Amino acid sequence: MARKLIGAIAVPIIAIAASVAAGAVFIAAIGQSPALVYGMLLKGTFGNFYGVGQVLFKATPLIFTGLAVALAFKAGLFNIGAEGQLYIGAFAVAWVGFSFPSLPGFALVPLCILAGAAGGALWGAIPGYLKAKFGAHEVINTIMLNFIAMALTGYLVTYVYFVPETVHTQRIATQAQIPRLEQFWPAFRGSPVNVSFFLALGIAVAVYLFLQKTKFGFELRAMGLNPSAAEYGGIGLGSGVITAMTLSGALSGLVGVDFVMGYKHYYEGGFSSGIGFMGIAVALLGRNHPLGVVLAALLFGALSYGGLVINAIVPKELVDILQAIVILVVIAGTNVFGKLALSLRRGSQWIG
Amino acid sequence: MFPPHDAPSISPSVPCVRMEGISKRFALVKANDCVDFSVHAGEIHALVGENGAGKSTLMRILYGMYRADSGRILIKEKPIEIRSPAGAISLGIGMVHQHFMLIPPLSVAENVVLGSEPVSAGFVLDRKGARERITELSQKFGLAVEPDALVERLSVGAQQRVEIVKILFRGAELLILDEPTAVLTPQETEALFAVLRKLKEQGKTIIFITHKLSEVMEVSDRVTVMRRGKVVGVLNTRETSTEELATLMVGRKVLLEVEKGPAAAGKVVLELSNVFALGASKVHKLNGISLSVSSGEILGIAGVEGNGQTELVEVITGLRKPTSGVVRLLDRDITSLSPREILKLGVGHIPEDRQKRGMISGFSVAENLILGSHFNPPYAGRLWLERQSVLENARNVLDRFDIRPQAPQLPAGSLSGGNQQKLVVARELSRNPVLLVASQPTRGVDIGAIEFIHRSLIKQRDRGCAILLVSADLSEILSLSDRIAVIYAGRIAGTIDAGKADEKELGMMMTGVL
Repeated sequence: MARKLIGAIAVPIIAIAASVAAGAVFIAAIGQSPALVYGMLLKGTFGNFYGVGQVLFKATPLIFTGLAVALAFKAGLFNIGAEGQLYIGAFAVAWVGFSFPSLPGFALVPLCILAGAAGGALWGAIPGYLKAKFGAHEVINTIMLNFIAMALTGYLVTYVYFVPETVHTQRIATQAQIPRLEQFWPAFRGSPVNVSFFLALGIAVAVYLFLQKTKFGFELRAMGLNPSAAEYGGIGLGSGVITAMTLSGALSGLVGVDFVMGYKHYYEGGFSSGIGFMGIAVALLGRNHPLGVVLAALLFGALSYGGLVINAIVPKELVDILQAIVILVVIAGTNVFGKLALSLRRGSQWIG
Repeated sequence: MFPPHDAPSISPSVPCVRMEGISKRFALVKANDCVDFSVHAGEIHALVGENGAGKSTLMRILYGMYRADSGRILIKEKPIEIRSPAGAISLGIGMVHQHFMLIPPLSVAENVVLGSEPVSAGFVLDRKGARERITELSQKFGLAVEPDALVERLSVGAQQRVEIVKILFRGAELLILDEPTAVLTPQETEALFAVLRKLKEQGKTIIFITHKLSEVMEVSDRVTVMRRGKVVGVLNTRETSTEELATLMVGRKVLLEVEKGPAAAGKVVLELSNVFALGASKVHKLNGISLSVSSGEILGIAGVEGNGQTELVEVITGLRKPTSGVVRLLDRDITSLSPREILKLGVGHIPEDRQKRGMISGFSVAENLILGSHFNPPYAGRLWLERQSVLENARNVLDRFDIRPQAPQLPAGSLSGGNQQKLVVARELSRNPVLLVASQPTRGVDIGAIEFIHRSLIKQRDRGCAILLVSADLSEILSLSDRIAVIYAGRIAGTIDAGKADEKELGMMMTGVL
């Protein structure tokens, strides 16, 4: 048990240490003190409640997309489409939120959340279905669906549901908005972190229970580790692929709960700017374990906000370097691309 | 054949390689415990022992892949140190691994020269020279290889020949072959033995790791037997017998012959009529196959591999859909049912390739033991897995089938090959199937486990289970079956009573002569 744990966290720890060390070299190279910059980074992010709030705010959507990618990974699928799925999901949240203003909050809030999950699920189910039916590789299809999702939501927000002179929709009904944490803990004042953070934590627990304790999770993991043996064990690969991609998409779609219901209260074109892709890095660093995903999301959230904190003395691109090195070391340490190459080569062989 | 040229244990000839007092420990296991081992120049030396006896470890130490904790290695009575495979190669020691170390998209010649590329003008790869050397080697030793063929297109037997050419190309005088026949058909095995004899004639020395005793008797000059990390005997092949070797290997008397009473065949359980099916390469591999198996009998399917056995098994278990024909189980048409529905009807399946199909090495032993019944009570309700009954089942089965170590939480991939196979067999038998499809049930398994698996199959038969046994090992078919059906080119060439079976006649049917 202890050895297993060490095996699981060794690579991420090395990755973080390596990126801190390399970052120090860059900081020194531009004539600053690494100790000073890192001190500032730590103090600005975890040193006060506002900073913590900002970190949690940045981490929330990353938990959703990280879980989405991790769940697909567990089933042996590479979901590169979290970005597209979250756009569709977020738009669905907003649409339900402003289309049914007469519904009471206790009905509208769950409805909005379900709409987000359903939108993402739909966008995930499409490549799942294509793989199950025709053996089309999900990497290609999820990437292509990202563009379609952006174009589709872009069209909707520009021509159909728009507030003149803006790129966002009208506001969702007040009773569909969820509270910020500052309403309960004034210490978080000014930070847009909201209760969807707790939804994210709850979903992480749910994903863990689903994968490890249910028979459906058993089937998805079996499929991910050895599809031939899973098929032999009476597990339908086609329906498994569709299920996994649908669930993965649903998790991505929940990003809309945070952004639309908890933060802006409307849908805005292009709001994500890569949260879906960052989810891949979060899942990698978190070793596809829900707890790991939460921790990795917090780290990436801290780096993302920390970039703004240290921008006064070093360019905020420094944190991009740190993130990139973390990702590189994790990839080198886990042979993800070897697996991807193998899966692309085998492609459609195991289905149909 | 020439008589083995070697003398008894007090040999006047100088051993070409001697390993003295070799010990090697992995975590909790003493893989080699003060082992003395020696090989004489120009002999074929068999190294036998059950899985986990320490044969491969000893050879990996000789090949420089592991360092021994203590002991020394002498070549021609001179102590030397072997720090790496490269060092071993420079001393003239070459090894062919069980899993080939070839690069499939490259040609035979490219694979052979890899790591020791001949160059002309200082840096240009000398392809012509390489091809010539390869052709020369392949003629000298009777190793049929085509230098320009792509390795990925070659059969397993041909890939193995490429491996042998590769180590000869690097100047090996001592060749270590790690279970070379485990992956070969009987015909390929014969061809390999011819090569080994040729190599010996030309003065090469060969160490041959195996646990198939008939092969030891057929091809080797001397045998070293290992058990639990120790050498328990060094014998001249001429002066021993399979029974003696088996007893040494296992440490107790082993029944090589299966004891079984007459079959009490009951009603027909499985019936195939005129089934056609495509193979993986989209050509018809089953061409109108018809057969039936009754409860309480074992029908053996004999045949050269690749004549439709794989497809036959997959069609019965629902993993492959026939293009026409009907499969019936207890008078019910199951042709279009899914694998899960067929499992639920009580069909057990020991697949031919346990790594690929039979188990999930990343799953725990306990999880593997419920694969295929994980969706049913008592292992699962509507949603949740029942952890307690999953573990209880594992403890139960591990104990009943004596699978070691008895640790339900361990990843199945960390078990030895023999125990992995026992895991698969145990899972399928513990389901108490009405029909058991057993494909190569003892492939790559040591003698003790073979005996156990054979007895378990007979026990299932006597319980009333209908068994379809597919095996490339003709002696297994002969000793277990009640009736034998020969498959050739996707059809049943004939069915005979096992009592009247004659190996010659079967062989002719298997090759399509009869």
